[in-house]
Amino acid sequence: MEVSSFNTNSGSGHETVHHQVVAPVREPLVTGGKTVRDVTEDVCRRVEGKPTKGWMMGMALALTAFIAGGYAVYRVLWDGIGLWGLNKTVGWAWDITNFVWWVGIGHAGTLISAVLLLFRQKWRTSINRAAEAMTIFAVICAALFPVLHMGRPWLGAYWALPLPNTFGSLWVNFNSPLLWDVFAISTYFSVSLVFWYIGLIPDFATIRDRASGFRKKFYGALSLGWTGSAKAWMHYESVSLILAGMATPLVLSVHTIVSFDFATSVIPGWHTTIFPPYFVAGAIFSGFAMVLTLMLITRKAFKLEDYITITHIELMNIVIIITGSIVGIAYITEFFIAWYSGVPAEQYAFINRATGPYWWAYWTMMTCNVISPQLFWIKKIRRNIYATFALSIVVNIGMWFERFVIIVTSIHRDYIPSSWAYFSPTIYDVGVYLFSFGLFFSCFLAFAKFFPVVNMAEVKSVLKSTSGTIKED
Amino acid sequence: MKNKKQYWKGLEELNREPEFEQHAHSEFPEYLPVNLNKREGGNDSGTSRRDFLKMMGFGISAATLAACEAPVRKAIPYLNKPVEIDPGVANFYASSYINGGDYASVVVKTREGRPIKIEGNKESSITMGGTSAQQQASVLSLYDQQRYDAPRIAGKKAEWQQLDEEVLGALKRIAAEGGRLAVVSKTVLSPSMRAAVAAFQAKNFNTDHIIYDAVSVSAIPAANEKSFGRAVIPSYDFSKADVIVSFDADFMNNWISPVQFSAQYAKTRKLIDGNKEMSRHYQFESNLSLTGGNADYRSPIKPSEQGLAVAQLYNELARLAGEQSLAAKTNIEHVSRAAKDLWLARGKSLVVSGSNDVNVQILVNAINSMLDNYGRTINLDVPLKTRQGDDKAMAGFAAGLKSGKYAGVIFLGANPVYDYVKGADIAKGIKKTKLTVSTSDRRDETSELVNYVAPDHHFLEQWNDAEPVEGFFSLAQPTISPIFNTRQAGESLLAWAENNISYYDFVKSCWKKNLFPMQSSQLLFDSFWDESLYSGVFEPGKGKTSAGKAVFAGDVNEAASGIAKTYKTTGEYEVALYAGFAVGDGSQANNPFLQELPDPISKVTWDNYAAVSVEDAHKFGFSMKEENTNMVNVTISGKTYELPVVIQPGQAKGTVGIALGYGRRSGGKVAEKVGLDLYPAVGSLEGYQNLSVTKGVKVEPSEKSCRIARTQTHQTVMGRTNVVQEATLSEYQKDPFAGREFPHISGMDGTLSPTTVSLWKGHKYEDHHWGLAIDLTACNGCSSCVVSCNVENNIPAVGKEEVMKRREMTWLRIDRYYSSDGKAGDFEAMEQAAANPEVTFMPMMCQQCNNAPCETVCPVAATTHSTEGLNQMTYNRCIGTRYCANNCPYKVRRFNWFKYFDNNDSFPDNLSQNNELGKMVLNPDVTVRSRGVMEKCSFCVQRIQAGKLEARKDGRKMNDGDVDVACAASCSAGALVFGDMNNPESRISKMLKLKKSDNVNVKVEAKEPRAYHSLEEINVQPNVYYLTKIRNKDSKGSNA
Repeated sequence: MEVSSFNTNSGSGHETVHHQVVAPVREPLVTGGKTVRDVTEDVCRRVEGKPTKGWMMGMALALTAFIAGGYAVYRVLWDGIGLWGLNKTVGWAWDITNFVWWVGIGHAGTLISAVLLLFRQKWRTSINRAAEAMTIFAVICAALFPVLHMGRPWLGAYWALPLPNTFGSLWVNFNSPLLWDVFAISTYFSVSLVFWYIGLIPDFATIRDRASGFRKKFYGALSLGWTGSAKAWMHYESVSLILAGMATPLVLSVHTIVSFDFATSVIPGWHTTIFPPYFVAGAIFSGFAMVLTLMLITRKAFKLEDYITITHIELMNIVIIITGSIVGIAYITEFFIAWYSGVPAEQYAFINRATGPYWWAYWTMMTCNVISPQLFWIKKIRRNIYATFALSIVVNIGMWFERFVIIVTSIHRDYIPSSWAYFSPTIYDVGVYLFSFGLFFSCFLAFAKFFPVVNMAEVKSVLKSTSGTIKED
Repeated sequence: MKNKKQYWKGLEELNREPEFEQHAHSEFPEYLPVNLNKREGGNDSGTSRRDFLKMMGFGISAATLAACEAPVRKAIPYLNKPVEIDPGVANFYASSYINGGDYASVVVKTREGRPIKIEGNKESSITMGGTSAQQQASVLSLYDQQRYDAPRIAGKKAEWQQLDEEVLGALKRIAAEGGRLAVVSKTVLSPSMRAAVAAFQAKNFNTDHIIYDAVSVSAIPAANEKSFGRAVIPSYDFSKADVIVSFDADFMNNWISPVQFSAQYAKTRKLIDGNKEMSRHYQFESNLSLTGGNADYRSPIKPSEQGLAVAQLYNELARLAGEQSLAAKTNIEHVSRAAKDLWLARGKSLVVSGSNDVNVQILVNAINSMLDNYGRTINLDVPLKTRQGDDKAMAGFAAGLKSGKYAGVIFLGANPVYDYVKGADIAKGIKKTKLTVSTSDRRDETSELVNYVAPDHHFLEQWNDAEPVEGFFSLAQPTISPIFNTRQAGESLLAWAENNISYYDFVKSCWKKNLFPMQSSQLLFDSFWDESLYSGVFEPGKGKTSAGKAVFAGDVNEAASGIAKTYKTTGEYEVALYAGFAVGDGSQANNPFLQELPDPISKVTWDNYAAVSVEDAHKFGFSMKEENTNMVNVTISGKTYELPVVIQPGQAKGTVGIALGYGRRSGGKVAEKVGLDLYPAVGSLEGYQNLSVTKGVKVEPSEKSCRIARTQTHQTVMGRTNVVQEATLSEYQKDPFAGREFPHISGMDGTLSPTTVSLWKGHKYEDHHWGLAIDLTACNGCSSCVVSCNVENNIPAVGKEEVMKRREMTWLRIDRYYSSDGKAGDFEAMEQAAANPEVTFMPMMCQQCNNAPCETVCPVAATTHSTEGLNQMTYNRCIGTRYCANNCPYKVRRFNWFKYFDNNDSFPDNLSQNNELGKMVLNPDVTVRSRGVMEKCSFCVQRIQAGKLEARKDGRKMNDGDVDVACAASCSAGALVFGDMNNPESRISKMLKLKKSDNVNVKVEAKEPRAYHSLEEINVQPNVYYLTKIRNKDSKGSNA
């Protein structure tokens, strides 16, 4: 506290030109009296050194999941999706649940990097890189499912795109929310990828400048000839802002469109106008939980405690309380509207959700998503790393169940009672989900090893105003 | 002076004709097959760059494609085109379905010489165009690889000549030794076959002809002998009955002549064209049968109460008639109500009993006689011949064979080792008998044991005839030349009588001798024959009236005392056996279409099971959740059967219902692993077959649990009046809109009809607008339409495992709902069916919505709307997202989870798509769908197309009736009516009273008060209409 007041006092007149004034009550964003050089050293050490035992074990685990799950994917592609537990009544279950879940997870990265950039939230600098990487990999995992869930993915993978073709007048159906998904997800993916990559360029250049031999060439190629000139920085900053501006509406639109898959249907429990805001809140909720899960591990493994501080964790936990509560209100609103609408099918759908054959899924969802995040009202808990880690996983389980509940409990008993059926997953449902985990963690671990996990350039920019001590050299 | 010499190409040039001038400068002035750059308004020719590129592109890709190796698929063309066959055009032949006593006059559709579909023959006044599910499925049995491909001697393939020589040799030796012979058959409908048997008997005069039925009614002729002195089964006319009372006779499914009875019954249940009267139907039975499901009042009674119930009815009626009543004291629900109704409808009522007890049948005769029904609804002068079995003769044969009384036995298409209670004795006897012959067309439990197998033709390969009712004849003609090296059983029999006549000539000679003289309209036999062959039927008995009133001369008191002796409750549990719904007596068990056809009541496929009442299930702690159920040990006469439990609402308390026809030990790979064989448990009562076992039954829960394949696991309609709308007859008579629900949605200015608000502009139907009307009152749930649809549309049979996963592929299903006593809002209670529920059958297929929710959600527009109101599915375009199926409120879309065809390893039961022979049954007009593709009812679009082409060929507009969808065509109840709703003269337009609507969102409006759309409130505007279910009850409720 003392140090920080020194910081603000001493530099206020001069610093206002370059940095925002930081209120004295704010805690420093980077602790441990890190210098600019320390930042470079701390982050590059991992990239330049040999992989640690922990990393090797993690990678082995991820690849095992990837290969074991890959077998399930292979069988599903070879024999057909009949290997899953789907039936005539329940046409979507784990496949689309996983899709929505992964897309939702991705949202946190964009929110942190784009929305918080626009709102000038400086605390995002330490975590945005990893969060964006998570977004990219989560969207890749998400995109797997719409392809795998098709009966004929070898055709669907390109027939769902509006490609000029020689089939005559065949064209995609722009009425279909699934087609909107195709556009929403691909736009989201492209923008996120570009945003992420552009942010990486100065850091790649830093690594390039420290490296030699093949690594110099490799990172040299990745850094696209970054010189670090003032002009380059100027361009860099404006591009970041523009991309942030482009990405911000995507945070809202992607999950809104994903929710249209359900909201525009005629199925009670799906046909709900509350879905867009409810899905977006849920996506941010689950995304932040996933960011926390990953960051807490990375922080520990890479010894980044000074960059990702308890303050960061607390701030993210606050976002989780807010979004978790929004989601909770949405759940209750759905019930109210079902009753208020006077539509018997709608009313039954919700009573069935809570008390029908899938009651256990519903109450798992309620417990994980609505009740457990409320623990974060207690400061001790939201500043406790272990509690945060446990709750972040609970939230992700809960959000998976939310999608499962929405998808499966709505269609398993809809209008015609004769067709009511129960869905039970098979080993192949689990296998394909495992595959997506394997893919995600393999990618994330590769990223953590070979790419700078913390945005060095941006962290350096917040050092002066917010780090504990400043050595002005 | 210029005098340039000119040559003309022709007079056209000289005359400078404008047409010539126009083309004079073209490089090819006369004709070019390619439209060379003909621009709008212009006629300049010459290939443009664009066309050149197009053609080059085509040329290169064509050359490239030609270079690729494509699999060679051999199609063998006709060397000489047969006169009667045009490739692509179906031919229809009238024929007869004959399987033992099961009969229907049919029309066989053939394509390029292959029979692919069976339709009912409307010319027949017996079956009236109706068919049963088994008859629809039987076309697949023709292409069954499990049939015998050649005669067998001692299990080895042989030549016919050798077989005949050996059989004749053996017959001569037996004749020389004076040994006895037996010909054992099921009911013989064919007069020619009877003549062939007679010819054989004439040659081998020591021959007994023994006839039995797997499920026998032989007490009926015996009772009629005692009552009227005539040992016949009379013909019944349900269509003339206002009140129908049935004691355990499942006359819509398997009792005597079910197709005929269903069609008659349906006539009394049609509330259309202003008719406000319908019959009232009482059913007293142990198992909830198909017939019981249709009854207005149904009482579950134990088998041991059967006779008492009939006696009680007799007493009640006797009291009304002022006659002496019998000593019987029972009070079975609804009996006295039935008596009152019967008494009021004297002469217009019918009482039938499925009991095989002579005493009960005598009492039933007495009741019908008291009600004055003889000569009106029952006719002894025109006997039915569809059940001819003689239980006592069969019992004598079985004992005789076992004791070695017979030196030779010929099983004429009969399989008693399996389907006779003493099958084990017959198996033992076969080993002792010198000459054993079977004419079975496939390996079965009997033919495995015999020395000689002389395989019979399938009914579609043979000449044959039938006389299901006296004086009503029908012909069967071959529609394909025999696939295997088989021979008509009658021809075999004649060969063994040393008469080497072809069976065709033999049938013809029989007709010439016996039937030709019965008519006078044709003077020449050949024209008589051609006429009969064309129409399929010859009915000299038509219009024959009853010769007079039959005078009942039976001894009622003796019958009553017999009943009092027999019907006593002795044990805690009783077993009521019945012929399985789909597989019947088991003879068609190798047909996957039938194995996969759900029982219309329990919705179970691929198994037989123990039907247990709700109370008993509670007692034993049985529960069913989705496909999981308990198993139960049912011990009958010391033998224990471990069966899956089905908790069956409507099952009489203390009874267990089990189907016969399963547990085949030999009979084909589909048949052999399914269920348990209960024939050894069949009882006997004074020498007559008795399907109820009232003594020595023990029922104990088994430790085991198992999975059972049901196509419907939710039993009640959950009070959803938007799905099923029903009323009682009296309500309907007061208000034709009774039971109708008119949903409303909230708008800005109060409530509106859902059809008034729409996002869509709607479609225009200029020419046709196809629609289907389904009368829920007439539909009896017989499921013939389901199989008809399967065969017509090449729908795979996916097997038990897939059905358990709820993935049956049927495009048309019959939803069956039980009523519930649960109060509205108490959903848990509403899920429980009433103990003795009312049953509703609701055929459900694609509703061809005008605002189809499936169409908007498909990302690749694979499902689109046609200009004729059809919701069409383009299989080639489908990528299988299943979004359409999820968004279908009716859940009628079916997904190809796997590759079901050409995949014998995974789907061996799909006989129609997994071997070359089976594939011959496929309809060439319908694509076999690949893996990963969605499919659904298309309103038989191929039939619509065929009808249109027919009309176009004739240069006329389509008439109503040019097209009929497969389901409607097979319906013996006439519950489904298909047609063009744009045509005011069509049957559907008249039946539904269709009018053009003032509402722009709606195409047509049905003014018929009973017509409604299922789920009207979501405004998808189906083209399928339902007509309300009307029950002829005094008040609503399952027990009222």
